[in-house]
Amino acid sequence: MERIPILRMGEFLLVTIQVDMHDKLAMRLQDDLTDRISATSARGVLLDISALDMVDSFIGRMIADIASLSRLMDAQVMVVGMQPAVAITLVELGLTLPGVSTALDVERGMQRLSQHVRHP
Amino acid sequence: MAALHGSTLEAIKHNQAQLLAQWVEALEANGANRNLKEQTLMQETRDFLQLLVDVLQAGSGNDVTGSDWDETRRFLEKLSASRAQLGHDSHQTVYFIFALKGPIFSLLQTHFSDDPARLAEQLWMLSELLDTLGMHTIRTYQKTREAVIKRQQEELLELSTPVVKLWDGVLALPLIGTLDSQRSQTVMESLLQRIVDTGSEIAIIDITGVPTVDTLVAQHLLKTVTAIRLMGADCIISGVRPQIAQTIVHLGLDLGTLTTKANLADALKLALKRLGVNLGEQA
Repeated sequence: MERIPILRMGEFLLVTIQVDMHDKLAMRLQDDLTDRISATSARGVLLDISALDMVDSFIGRMIADIASLSRLMDAQVMVVGMQPAVAITLVELGLTLPGVSTALDVERGMQRLSQHVRHP
Repeated sequence: MAALHGSTLEAIKHNQAQLLAQWVEALEANGANRNLKEQTLMQETRDFLQLLVDVLQAGSGNDVTGSDWDETRRFLEKLSASRAQLGHDSHQTVYFIFALKGPIFSLLQTHFSDDPARLAEQLWMLSELLDTLGMHTIRTYQKTREAVIKRQQEELLELSTPVVKLWDGVLALPLIGTLDSQRSQTVMESLLQRIVDTGSEIAIIDITGVPTVDTLVAQHLLKTVTAIRLMGADCIISGVRPQIAQTIVHLGLDLGTLTTKANLADALKLALKRLGVNLGEQA
């Protein structure tokens, strides 16, 4: 069964979504991610969704859920590379992801994340 | 409906030259030849009459929507489209068809002078036929005009939303005019796209040129700002005039999540500060 790879970069985890998200995959990602956060005691999670060009309410909620559960496990979530169409859809759906940090690309996201971890 | 009588058709066919001359005369008297070369008008009238005679001769009924009339309809569509391009009004365009009535009617009047009943019947049929063709022309004319208007509207939308780059990593969008749903959608899309294209971290939306801010406009602004934040950039609203600030407060709108500045200069200063650009000013 396909799964989304979770890469470790120092004290952060990098998740890059490059396939079409479907609901089962999203659930699996949540399980895997929580396991990895606890196993590696990561301080931050970088969620790269630049390849995602369509979202529905379920995927939108999944992003919000990932953010909340990572925060519970003391890992800051940074969503990077959201496409304009995706951002507009999420806003129209009313999923404004309060409390989730965002950045334009992975590089800036990583920079912001390390700043945040160093000076909380 | 009874078919057109054979002798009517014969009469039209044999008097084509005379009909054409009278027709063109009527057109010129009415000014329907404005901006048209005399040759073009002659050609068009000749072509149309020929088409009409051909179709009637083939024994096609008066059902103008039928396939027998395809060529005639296409001719009229082309004609009305070209008239719309030339700037003729609807009256002048449709008069092309209606001006044919006079010559034909007077021709039939002399042709059937001894049979009033038949004359009335044939006149009615031809009148119906020409009216239908005229209606078709005007419909096409209207469609062409609507297409022109639609294109202009779209162009206006594009023109009215320029995204300008103020600094490395700072985009500005000066909004001018009322912000309705469709426009705010275009604005949002073009701004978000430019943010992605240029990798800018800060976007400034300047609303100096927006005459009023009501609940709807505020909602559009909030949506745009939220979408920008989701993409990972920051947004500053600038150009909040005193009246606008008062309206917003009186309406009880909550813009607490927005960063607002009174003018573009302040917004730019804040943007540069966030980017860590040193302007050389003494603190």
